[in-house]
Amino acid sequence: MSAPSTIERATDLPSLAVRNLNKAFGGVQAVRDVSFDLAEGELLALIGPNGAGKSTCFNMLNGQIPADSGSVRLAGEELLGYAPAEIWRRGVGRTFQITATFPSMTVAENVAMVLMSQQRELFSFFRSATHRHRDRAMELLDLVGMTGQADRPCGVLSYGDLKRVELAVALGNTPRVLLMDEPTAGMAPRERLELMGLAARLVGDLGISVLFTEHDMDIVFGHADRIIVLSRGALIAEGNAEQIRNDPLVLKTYLGEGQIYGQAED
Amino acid sequence: MGVYLVQFLTGLASASALFLAASGLSIIFGVTRVVNFAHGSFYMLGAYFGFSFVQMVGGGAIGFWVALLLAAVAVGLVGLLVELVILRRLYKAPELFQLIATFGVILIVQDAALWAWGAEDLLGPRAPGLTGIVRIMGTPMPVYDLVLIAVGPLVLLALWLLFNRTRWGVLVRAATEDREMVGALGVNQSLLFTGVFVLGSMLAGLGGAIQLPKGGADLLMDFGILAEVFVVTVVGGMGSIFGAFLAAVLISQLNTFGILIWPGGTLVLMFILMAVILIVRPTGLLGRPETVGHKAAAGFEQALRPAGPHYKLFVGGLLACLAAAPVFVDEFQLVLITDIMVLALFATSLHFLMSTGGLVSFGHAAFYGGGAYTAALLVTYAASPFELALLLAPLGAGMLALVIGWFCVRLSGVYFAMLTLAFAQVAWSVAFQWSEVTNGDDGLLGIWPSLWASGTQVFYYLALVFCVGGIFLIRRVVFAPFGYGLRATRDSTLRAAAIGIDIKRQQLMAFVFAGAMAGLAGGLFAFSKGSVFPDEMSIPRSFDALLMVLLGGVESLSGPFVGAAAFTYLHDELITFEYWRLLVGSTIVALVLLFPQGLAGAAKHHLGRFLKLEADPEAAAPSPRRKAREA
Repeated sequence: MSAPSTIERATDLPSLAVRNLNKAFGGVQAVRDVSFDLAEGELLALIGPNGAGKSTCFNMLNGQIPADSGSVRLAGEELLGYAPAEIWRRGVGRTFQITATFPSMTVAENVAMVLMSQQRELFSFFRSATHRHRDRAMELLDLVGMTGQADRPCGVLSYGDLKRVELAVALGNTPRVLLMDEPTAGMAPRERLELMGLAARLVGDLGISVLFTEHDMDIVFGHADRIIVLSRGALIAEGNAEQIRNDPLVLKTYLGEGQIYGQAED
Repeated sequence: MGVYLVQFLTGLASASALFLAASGLSIIFGVTRVVNFAHGSFYMLGAYFGFSFVQMVGGGAIGFWVALLLAAVAVGLVGLLVELVILRRLYKAPELFQLIATFGVILIVQDAALWAWGAEDLLGPRAPGLTGIVRIMGTPMPVYDLVLIAVGPLVLLALWLLFNRTRWGVLVRAATEDREMVGALGVNQSLLFTGVFVLGSMLAGLGGAIQLPKGGADLLMDFGILAEVFVVTVVGGMGSIFGAFLAAVLISQLNTFGILIWPGGTLVLMFILMAVILIVRPTGLLGRPETVGHKAAAGFEQALRPAGPHYKLFVGGLLACLAAAPVFVDEFQLVLITDIMVLALFATSLHFLMSTGGLVSFGHAAFYGGGAYTAALLVTYAASPFELALLLAPLGAGMLALVIGWFCVRLSGVYFAMLTLAFAQVAWSVAFQWSEVTNGDDGLLGIWPSLWASGTQVFYYLALVFCVGGIFLIRRVVFAPFGYGLRATRDSTLRAAAIGIDIKRQQLMAFVFAGAMAGLAGGLFAFSKGSVFPDEMSIPRSFDALLMVLLGGVESLSGPFVGAAAFTYLHDELITFEYWRLLVGSTIVALVLLFPQGLAGAAKHHLGRFLKLEADPEAAAPSPRRKAREA
């Protein structure tokens, strides 16, 4: 599929421009020629069945695995080839499918850690870090409703709370682009909608562009401005919720060609 | 031409014993996830058993080979004993405890061998019927070498058949991939673990036995082969038996040809080879990347709390006692306390690396000795004043740590540990062999402080200031942004990288800082004793540090001090016995089995809540006054 030309207006560069991204593991082409744009302030959903290459895409975008070929530009600047830490400094944050936090630190310290990193204080050997950036950390925790647990170690939090902490951590440096890998995976249905609503509101307020993957279609159709569909490593469709819902290729990918139980009985 | 060919064949021959030992280590690690530090001891026992069995069975050709096989079986039985009595209880414990326990086994085996076979090196029996010499293109070569050349590939083939053609072998491979899954499928895990451990031990024993006619048996074989085996495993790629074979051949060739080209420089060549391979292929020649989530030492991940009021009181009281000590104790005891403080600084620097960084180093003595040698060499060759030498000791050790750490931080977990041990062994060998500069085993003497500091009391206060200062500095760094960043890399590499932390750089800086602090301790040590010997860099010294950390408990920041005191006491009590290693080894094993949290950890666990040794989590929140100040 070629690059969607609709967004490429000369006036505003897309936040993230992905072109011809490729990755093979041995003989398996996990990601094939994937190109898309993430517009400024957009909430873009990347969906696809298990094994479609979503996580591989994400891992290439934030530098965790090297791409075989292609290009990823953040407001015009090439990102491919940089390490994850470098890409983060350039303004691409991410959350993980299975939350990654620092279990031995308190919730507030987890957030303060981002601020220390952002302000390049990591090689400061002598001043105390115990209450460093506490006020700013509490502001961020207030946004996700976690101030009440600010001084509990992350290691003892429930999974839903960890997701909230991760969100606060990801917003800590106000990235230009936020990659969210299944932001609501492993949560109860009601918590899911609540968390995604919160995330959508926060990134909207801060003007952050978001690319997220998700298996829960209620969340995808409810929150994404636009949806792109990945199947066997290649993009097969792009559009808004209505278009994707009725796209014959997408239906075939998700449901197969055979009949579904319910249909057979009708 | 013939010379080179024979040299090449000699290299192949010496690769065989090395390969047998390395493959055994690899197989054991693959399934049980235990790096068996006693593997070198099993190799040594193989040689000693082989020696005795050959004498018993007699001189016939068949008898000789039967004796060697019996030696392997005997070592397998020793392995069985070690697995059943010690390791079986520790599979779920943090890796550090398993390693310390196997180190205890090393000490026990050393004294057992000393008791059974004496201190003299034993000349290996010749293999009957294979004592001759063949001429290859005119150059003579022992026939036995040809046999050795065949043994390596034969064992490789046998192992391949075992792992690919038998049910048991398939189970072992499956367990290497995912042992939980194999357990869930109803395979008797303990039986499998025991079997694998015995097989690995037998391979080490066989390795030691077949090299008898060439190398004989002596009491230094265990550490010698251990470092080489680690290099082979790291270079070949952990878990790959074929990789171990390739690496064994490569290292042996390097050794045999290195002697031709640059005698005395073989260690440096090995160092360069290892460096090049690790830069090009960080996982070794045939190794696969480590599975994520494999931790060097589980159990460190608990929250750090600033000192509570009672803890501060306790530390203040201790400091007051130390300051007043010269009034109350005699000179001998003052020297003893000086030793304890120096060791406490050494142990604290390692503890920092282990607990805050999650980096378990098995070669930390390289920097302790590095600092001691920096000071001693400056005094000996540059006639440097005492004050300058003492201040430059941490700098020299830090620079050594920068070089060694640059390679080591590319690896993680046990690979990191093995590489630090291998490098420390290289550092020790340099100090030991480069006698023109270091005076070798005789050490550098006459390293005394300036006149003003030479009195026992003055030096005591000097050591007190530097050691307590050093320990406070380390503690300060733990709670500084640097320490937090380091803890972040330990807690979650994924998250750390995703918030812009350069993991390798953070770890390297920690390694250098810990090295420098160990170097300061080493410098103080050199001036307190007036001499430096290669022993200060040796593997046992590295284990002393680990032992102190363990005695004090890895989870408590004050642990190393308690550990150093307990260690010094134990050491002084036990050293008077002829078989003190046996006692120390047994004590280590008993401590690991009884107190998996260490002494201070156990005490804290039971008393901590009661005594308020840590700040209250609620109290850790900033007071309104503090908030106002920060605003």
